Amino acid sequence: MTTQAAGHLLPVLVAAPILVACLLVAVGPRLPRLAVDVLATGTALGVTGAAALLLVVTDPGRTVTWFGGWTPVHRVSVGIPFVADSVSAGIALLVGGLMSCALLYSWRYFASVEGHFHALMLFFLAGMEGFALSGDVFDMFVFFEVMGAAAYALTGFKVEDESAVEGGLNFGIVNSLGAYFSLTGIGILYARVGQLGLPQLGDALAHKPPDALVVAAFVLIVTGFLVKSAMVPFHFWLADAHAVAPAPVCVLFSGVMVELGLYGTARVFWVAFGETIPLDDIRRTFLILGATTAVLGAVMCFTQRHLKRLLAYSTISHVGLFIIGFACLDPDGTAGAALYVLGHAGVKGALFLIVGVLLDRYGTVDEQDLYGRAKGQRLMPWLFFASALGLAGLPPFGTALGKSLIEDATLVHGFDWGPALFVLVSAVTAGAVLRAGLRIYFGLGPEPQQEDADKTRGDEEPDTPRLTRVPLTMIVPIVVLVLGGLAAGVVPHGGQAVAHAAERLIDGKGYIDQALTNAPPTPLHPEPKADWTTLGVLLGVVSTLLAFGFAALGLWAQKLPQPLQVVSAAFRPLMRVLHHIHSGHVGDYVAWLFVGVAVLAGLVGIPLR
Amino acid sequence: MNVYAYFVAGWLLIVGGYGIVRSRHMVHAIVSLAVAQAGTYVLLLAVGYQNNVTAPVFGSTEKPTKQVVDPVVQAMTLTDIVVSATVTALLLALAVQVNKRQGTVDPDELAALEG
Amino acid sequence: MSRRVRLVVFLIGGGAVAALLAIAFLSMPHFGRSEHLYRDLAVPAAVKHVTANVVSSVNFDQRGMDTFGEETILIASVVGTAALLRPAKEETERRVPDTGRTLGATRLVGYLMLPVSLVIGLDVVLHGHVTPGGGFQGGVVLATGLHLLYVSGSYPALDRLRPLELFDIVDGVGAATFAAVGLAGIAFAGSFLANVVSFGTFGALFSAGTVPILNVAVGMEVFAGIVAILAKFLDQDITVVKEGDQ
Repeated sequence: MTTQAAGHLLPVLVAAPILVACLLVAVGPRLPRLAVDVLATGTALGVTGAAALLLVVTDPGRTVTWFGGWTPVHRVSVGIPFVADSVSAGIALLVGGLMSCALLYSWRYFASVEGHFHALMLFFLAGMEGFALSGDVFDMFVFFEVMGAAAYALTGFKVEDESAVEGGLNFGIVNSLGAYFSLTGIGILYARVGQLGLPQLGDALAHKPPDALVVAAFVLIVTGFLVKSAMVPFHFWLADAHAVAPAPVCVLFSGVMVELGLYGTARVFWVAFGETIPLDDIRRTFLILGATTAVLGAVMCFTQRHLKRLLAYSTISHVGLFIIGFACLDPDGTAGAALYVLGHAGVKGALFLIVGVLLDRYGTVDEQDLYGRAKGQRLMPWLFFASALGLAGLPPFGTALGKSLIEDATLVHGFDWGPALFVLVSAVTAGAVLRAGLRIYFGLGPEPQQEDADKTRGDEEPDTPRLTRVPLTMIVPIVVLVLGGLAAGVVPHGGQAVAHAAERLIDGKGYIDQALTNAPPTPLHPEPKADWTTLGVLLGVVSTLLAFGFAALGLWAQKLPQPLQVVSAAFRPLMRVLHHIHSGHVGDYVAWLFVGVAVLAGLVGIPLR
Repeated sequence: MNVYAYFVAGWLLIVGGYGIVRSRHMVHAIVSLAVAQAGTYVLLLAVGYQNNVTAPVFGSTEKPTKQVVDPVVQAMTLTDIVVSATVTALLLALAVQVNKRQGTVDPDELAALEG
Repeated sequence: MSRRVRLVVFLIGGGAVAALLAIAFLSMPHFGRSEHLYRDLAVPAAVKHVTANVVSSVNFDQRGMDTFGEETILIASVVGTAALLRPAKEETERRVPDTGRTLGATRLVGYLMLPVSLVIGLDVVLHGHVTPGGGFQGGVVLATGLHLLYVSGSYPALDRLRPLELFDIVDGVGAATFAAVGLAGIAFAGSFLANVVSFGTFGALFSAGTVPILNVAVGMEVFAGIVAILAKFLDQDITVVKEGDQ
C-alpha cells in the first residue's frame, strides 16, 4: 500500500463510525435489534481491521496526511494534519478491539433505546480514534470533547439508577472544566506562536528557553488530558463514573479512554515542548505525581466493597504506574508503559465484563452481598482469577512484561524505590480483586457483618433483564480480552516492536520534520532490549504471591494476631478521612482540580525560575 | 492597559470555578461551568484582535486585504460555543434526571456516591 | 468536606491558578497588535479558494476537520439527550389538551414572525460563504424561529409542525452529508475534505467550492438537532408523568 493510500485510512477511521452512527440516528428506531447490533459491531470490527492495516503499513515509520490538501509551505500550514506513528496506530487498534468486544457483549440483551446506545458507542469510537491520530492541538481538543459528550451520556445511560445520573453529572462537569483549562492553554500558546499544529508548535518553540508563558501553556494544555487520565488530584470523578456506567462502557473507560489522556500528554510534550522544557523537570514532576496516584489508588481500592468502584480505583492506581513509565522519558520506560497498558486493557476489561455478568445474574455488585452466591460456576471463576493474576503482574501476561521494563528503567534513572513501589501497588490492587473473587466464587472468609457507613454500597440497576444463563455473546468477549492481555506478553518480537514504537513516540524532531517537509524517518536502534529478564519474572511472581497475601489479609482480618490488629486499627482514622474526601460532591472535585493545576505548575515551573 | 482583556478572561475562568465550588443547585453549577467557558471565548477573541481594522469578510466594497482581525480565532470560538451549548444540554438532562431520582439538586444533599 | 474546608481548598488552588495566569498574561503579546501569523496565511488561502467570508473558509475548508468534529459533538449530544431524557420505566407520556391562553397580540406577532425567522435563517445558512453567518448560526435561527409556535401559541401547535422522526432523519442525513463530502474529497481530489466542485466567482452565491454544501449540511443538522433537544426537554416538562399521576 502506498503512503498516500495509507494516509487516506486515517480519516476513514473517524468518518466511517460517524457515518454509521448517523444512519442509526436517522433510522435506528425502525430497524430490528439484530440489524442494529450487526451494523454497530460490524463497524467496530471494520475499524479494527483498518487500524490493523494502518499499523502494519506504518510500522516502523509514520503516516502523515494534511486535510483539504493544505500541505505545508515553508514549514507552516493553514490545515490540520493527522500523523500516525506505531503508537497512535496501536492505540487506534486497541480502541477498535475493545469497542468490538464491548458491542459484542451488549448484543441483544442490553437495552439500546432505539439504537441510541449503539450510536453513542460509535460516536465514542470516532472521538477516540480522532484524538489518537490528530496532529493539531485544537483538533485534539475537539475530539476530546467528542469523546466527552458521548462518554457523559453513556455514563448516565441507566437513568433509573440514581447513582448513574449523579456520576455522569460529576464526570461531565469536572472533565469539561479540565477541557476548558486546556483551551485556555491553547489560546495562550497560539498568541505566542500563531499556529495550532503540533509540528509547527514544536518548530517555533525548539531550543528557546521556556519562559512563564510557555510553562503556563504546557501546564494548562495537559491539565485537561490529565483530568481525563485521572491523575491525582484530578482523579475523583473516575470512581464515580466507572462505578455507575454500564459494564461494556467501563471496559472502554478503563481500557483505553483514561490511557488516551496520558497519550495526549506524552504526544503534546514530545512534539511541541520536548525541545524547550528540560527533561529532568518533567521527569521529576511526573514521578512524584505518578507515585502519589499509584499509592492513593491502591489504598482506596483495597477498602471498597462496591466491585466496580474497586476496579475503578485499581485503574487509577495503574494509571499512576503508567505515568511513572512515561516519566522515565526514555524508550524503555515508554515501551514498558505501552505494554502495561495493553495487558491492563485486556485483564481490566475482562474483569468489568465479569462483574457485569454478576450484576445481571444476581442484581448487585456489592462484594459482601455477593458472598458465596456464585459458588459452583464453571467458566467464570477461571476467567476471573486469570484476570486477577494478570492484574498482579504474573508472567507471561503483558502486564508483567510492561512492569519489568518500567522497573528497569526506573533503576537506570536512580529511582531505587521503583521496583518496590510497582510490586506493592500491583499486589495490593490485585489482592483486593482476589479477595473479592474468593469471597464471591468460593465463599471463603467469615460471613461479612459490619456496615461501613462511609463506603458506597454496591447497589446498582442491572444492565439487562435478569439472566439465568450467561449467553455466548457475553462469554466470548471476556475470553478474547483475557487472551489479549496474555498475548501482549507472549507474542514473539512483540516487545521489540513496542520498543521501536516507543522510540518513534519520543522522536519529536523526527515527527516535526516528517510532517512539515516529508523528510524520511530516522533509523531506529537495531536491538532494543525489550524482553523478559530474570529480575522481571521474579518480581512478577513476588507480586502475585504478595497479592494472595493481601487477599488473605482482607478475608481473615479478624483472625490476625493482636499486635497486627492494633496496627490496622491505627490506619482506620486515615482511611476514614480519605473516604470522606472522596465525597461525591462536585464542588470538592473542582476545588481539588484548581489545587492540582497549581501543584502541576509549581512542580514544573518553580525549578525553572 | 495592553493585556487587560486577558485578565478578564482569567477572571471569568476562576469565578466560574468558584461558582461550582460554592453552588447549592446543580443548574447553577452547570451555568457556572458555562461562565468559565465564556472566559475562553474572551481569551481567544482578544488574542486575535487588531486595532483599527475590519472584519474578515469581503464583498463588492471590501476588497480582499490582510488588514483584518484574525479569522482563525473566530472559527475556534464558534467551535467552542457549539461545544458549550451541547455539553450544557447534556449536563442539564442529567440534572433533570438527578432531580427525579433523588428529589433534590443540591450537591450537599446528593448522597449516592460517597467513599 | 464541609463547606468551609472546601472554600479554603479552593482559595488556595484558585489563588495559585490566578497567579499562574497573571504571570502568563504579562508575557502575552499586547492586545490589538498587528502581527498575526495565521491570519496572514488564512486570508490569501480563502481568496485562493474564492471564499469571501474568510471565517467560513477557515471553518469549512482550511480547518474543516475541526468542524467535522464539532458537528459530531452536536449530533452525539442530541442522541445523548434523547437517551437521557427518555421516560423511565415508571413513567408515561400523556396527551396535552389544546387549551392555550395567550394574548391575541402575542399570537399575531408570533405567527407573523415565524415565516420571517425561517426565511432569515435560510438566508444566513445559504449565504454563509459570502456574508457573516453559516450553517451553525442559521440553524439556530431556524430552530428558535420554529419555537415561536410554542411561545406564542401552544404546545400541541408546535407538536403538529414538528414530526420528530422526520427531524431525526434530517439530523442524521445532515451530519452524514458532511462525512460523505469529506470522503468524496478522498475519491476525487486526493485528500479528505478537499474541494470537489468548481470555485465560481468571488462573492456570488455559487462560489467557494464545497463550503456552501457543507454549510447547508450543517444547517440541516443544527436545525434538526436543536429542535430535537428542545423537544426532549419540553416533553420532560409537559408530557412525561409518573404512571398513576395526571
